[in-house]
Amino acid sequence: MTQETIVPKPLPEPDEASRPFFDGARQGRLMLMKCLTCGTVRLPSRRHCDRCLSQESEWVAASGRGTVRTFGIMHQRYHAAFANDIPYNVTVVELEEGPRLPTNLIGIANGEIRVGMEVVVDWEHHDDVTIPRFRPA
Amino acid sequence: MAHPLRGATAITGLGMTPMGRVFGRSATELAADAIALAIADAGLEKEDIDGLLINAGVSQGLTLGLQNYCGFAGLKLLNNMNAAGSTAAQMVQYASMAIAAGMARHVVCVFADTPLSEGKSAGAAYGMRANAPSRPRGMVGLYTAAGYFGANTPYALAARRHMDLYGTKQDHFGEIAVAQRKWAVMNPLAQMRDPMTMEDYHASRWIIEPLHLLDCCLVSNGAIAVIVSPASNAKDLRQPPVYVHGMGQGHPGDNNRAGSDWETETGAKLAAQTAYAMAGIGPGDVSICELYDCYTYTVLVTLEDYGFCGKGEGGPFVEGGRLGPGGALPTNTGGGELSAYYMWGMTPLSEAIIQGRGAGGERQVARNDVILCTGNGGNLSYHGCLILSPHAS
Repeated sequence: MTQETIVPKPLPEPDEASRPFFDGARQGRLMLMKCLTCGTVRLPSRRHCDRCLSQESEWVAASGRGTVRTFGIMHQRYHAAFANDIPYNVTVVELEEGPRLPTNLIGIANGEIRVGMEVVVDWEHHDDVTIPRFRPA
Repeated sequence: MAHPLRGATAITGLGMTPMGRVFGRSATELAADAIALAIADAGLEKEDIDGLLINAGVSQGLTLGLQNYCGFAGLKLLNNMNAAGSTAAQMVQYASMAIAAGMARHVVCVFADTPLSEGKSAGAAYGMRANAPSRPRGMVGLYTAAGYFGANTPYALAARRHMDLYGTKQDHFGEIAVAQRKWAVMNPLAQMRDPMTMEDYHASRWIIEPLHLLDCCLVSNGAIAVIVSPASNAKDLRQPPVYVHGMGQGHPGDNNRAGSDWETETGAKLAAQTAYAMAGIGPGDVSICELYDCYTYTVLVTLEDYGFCGKGEGGPFVEGGRLGPGGALPTNTGGGELSAYYMWGMTPLSEAIIQGRGAGGERQVARNDVILCTGNGGNLSYHGCLILSPHAS
């Protein structure tokens, strides 16, 4: 009989470039980067705008609303920390501001998830980092 | 006026090592085996080779040092290239351009990979991020925190969106898997030669819905090398030449940016325009397809993007065995990456050469005038293609 060791999930550790995102998450705000030259909103954290290559940007709080762009239901056990979650959803949320975010939906059964459904951000707090999840709006 | 690259070069040599659970040889040794086989196949001498293009697979076991291991001296063309699954087609493209420009004559393009280790599962090599540090730094950690692992995930996400937008059904993916297995049964090089039914397909375990195990490609150790030569020289060599009539690339860019339709409109669309224009053909002229098939869905969306059917019509298009033996559009005629062997873009390319030579044995397609060969890499991120023909012009 094998005993499964409880393995912690591989949560992100904020680095300098992503710190405003994770600081915002701690306070319940979904932070994106907005180009000061052309106005394009992008997912953190890259120095250059992927539309005009400007390096001038500001951090802006997103609405936290979006729609399910697409999703999959994971059955494969890639990582021991997810063994008890299988099958779980892997979802890409298209934010109201345009960029897409990889995440999981909570508060909904796998079989109820639909492409295009409206969702809103929720926050999963861990000891030293907060992760965005989404739930049906 | 015909494009100057149309028919300028031909593939004259093909070398394939044993593929699959092949152990005891490094990627470099496998690559050298494949190169020796390709040179002999072409009827060339090693000294005739003046170009070497290298593509290490996921195990990254090849370096520029392959030149020295093989004892090539005085090469006029050398590079270690990587555009993932589109590299094989791209290597033939760059070789053809260099030959047409007079920079080299006989260019070896080689791929070798050893992702499989004895006693480890096939999927382990493509786990991507599953072996990440316990605390990945920065935004990439959102992927690991979400359990977004493996190459399987983005392809499942893409397939799901296609199903939702266009009504594509699980059976349509199954049609592709079943048709390709029928080809593999006739291919002595294939790893999976047991017949497969639609029931077998549906019974195979889920990896990540909507992908069953049988929607996903194999993982293989092995190597394949091809030689590209001037067309003017090709007919004097040992094998029937397979001429390069067209080529193209398309790379759609970041999946996460606003407005991207990466899931359902791939780089194949852009590549097709370039390649069809160069070859002076359209989809109706293609007799055989050898399409990169990391997943069944990749085949379906690629068929759409090359204009064999309209956008969103890929599901109904593959019904009724259209892609299988005896079907109207023979596709992945060796079983492809799903059922034969996974040598990245060398899988479709090697089978295209075999069919172009008329060397397919039991599975040879009678009409082989125009063969479309594609490569795809990343998350439908990189695409390259070749249009090949047994005819010089």
